[in-house]
Amino acid sequence: MSKFKKKTGGGTPAISTASLPDIVFMLLFFFMVTTVMREVTLKVENTKPFATEIKKLERKSLVTYVYVGKPKAAYIPQVGAEPRVQLNDSFARLNELQNFVITEREAINEAERPLMTVSIKADEDVKMGLITDIKQELRKANSLKINYSTRKGEVFED
Amino acid sequence: MAKRALPEINAGSMADIAFLLLIFFLVTTTMDVDSGINRKLPPWEPEQFDTPPPIKKKNIFTVLVNSRNQLLVEDDYLDLKDLRDAAKRFLNNNGDGSCDYCQGGLRDPNSSDNPGKAIISLQNDRGTSYKMYISVQNELAAAYNELREELAQRKYGKSYDELEGEEKDEIQNAYPQKISEAEPVSLG
Repeated sequence: MSKFKKKTGGGTPAISTASLPDIVFMLLFFFMVTTVMREVTLKVENTKPFATEIKKLERKSLVTYVYVGKPKAAYIPQVGAEPRVQLNDSFARLNELQNFVITEREAINEAERPLMTVSIKADEDVKMGLITDIKQELRKANSLKINYSTRKGEVFED
Repeated sequence: MAKRALPEINAGSMADIAFLLLIFFLVTTTMDVDSGINRKLPPWEPEQFDTPPPIKKKNIFTVLVNSRNQLLVEDDYLDLKDLRDAAKRFLNNNGDGSCDYCQGGLRDPNSSDNPGKAIISLQNDRGTSYKMYISVQNELAAAYNELREELAQRKYGKSYDELEGEEKDEIQNAYPQKISEAEPVSLG
């Protein structure tokens, strides 16, 4: 009779959490591998325009970024509200751009220098005058591969 | 000497530490991939050519954008929405009949001879907004891409992106992307 007696001390048995760290580590490694640390703190407004015919930028190490836009509210007292160029972590004048690009190019090993791309991350409200000046400076620095950074989306929606 | 059994280290808090790290990486991670429109700038030449190479006017598709972001295409106002089709018509015109793959070409004698000779000339004002400029660049690139896509489908039954090597080059050379940008003016 007692052979089939229901086991006492009922209630649900505690679920083992021993494998919880393993699962968390798995997620952790995923994020560690995929993560890209923000290299610069943006000091300019940066709402990129939409486009559909876009290509992915490959080889991040060969890409140099130039940010263009109105300074953020916190910096307006120092630099004014006019659109500015940001290189690395600071505002820059246009005539500094040429040196900056050349320095960046020197840092890349010689065989890959022709593949260097300058990615122009400009705000959609910036006027073309400034963009053209940047392009002229890039031409002078002989850095001819450029990429207009955009978001994916239809151009007509507003 | 008798070995004492080492007391077991409590690993219960390992999950907490891992969570801490996990949350750190979750917060700092940025998933956005950089993408955009690739362009090549012409090399810097201090002296401009006195005589530009002769190109027939009918082979040039002029696109002007003013400071109020209005388009003037081939001396006519045009809506941005119609730019893609206008550019496609121009590129695919096949005026001299030498393009055997241009399907539906209008063969208008006042438009481009063939896609190899067709050049799109883009000029904007210094006051044009960057957004408008990118939109125009995008529409022009889209015109080329659509023509290439159509040809790839007709010829190989595959999408242009799926083609490789010679096939891709062939389609690319069938519609070479020739967008020329003039120095911007400031007319207001």
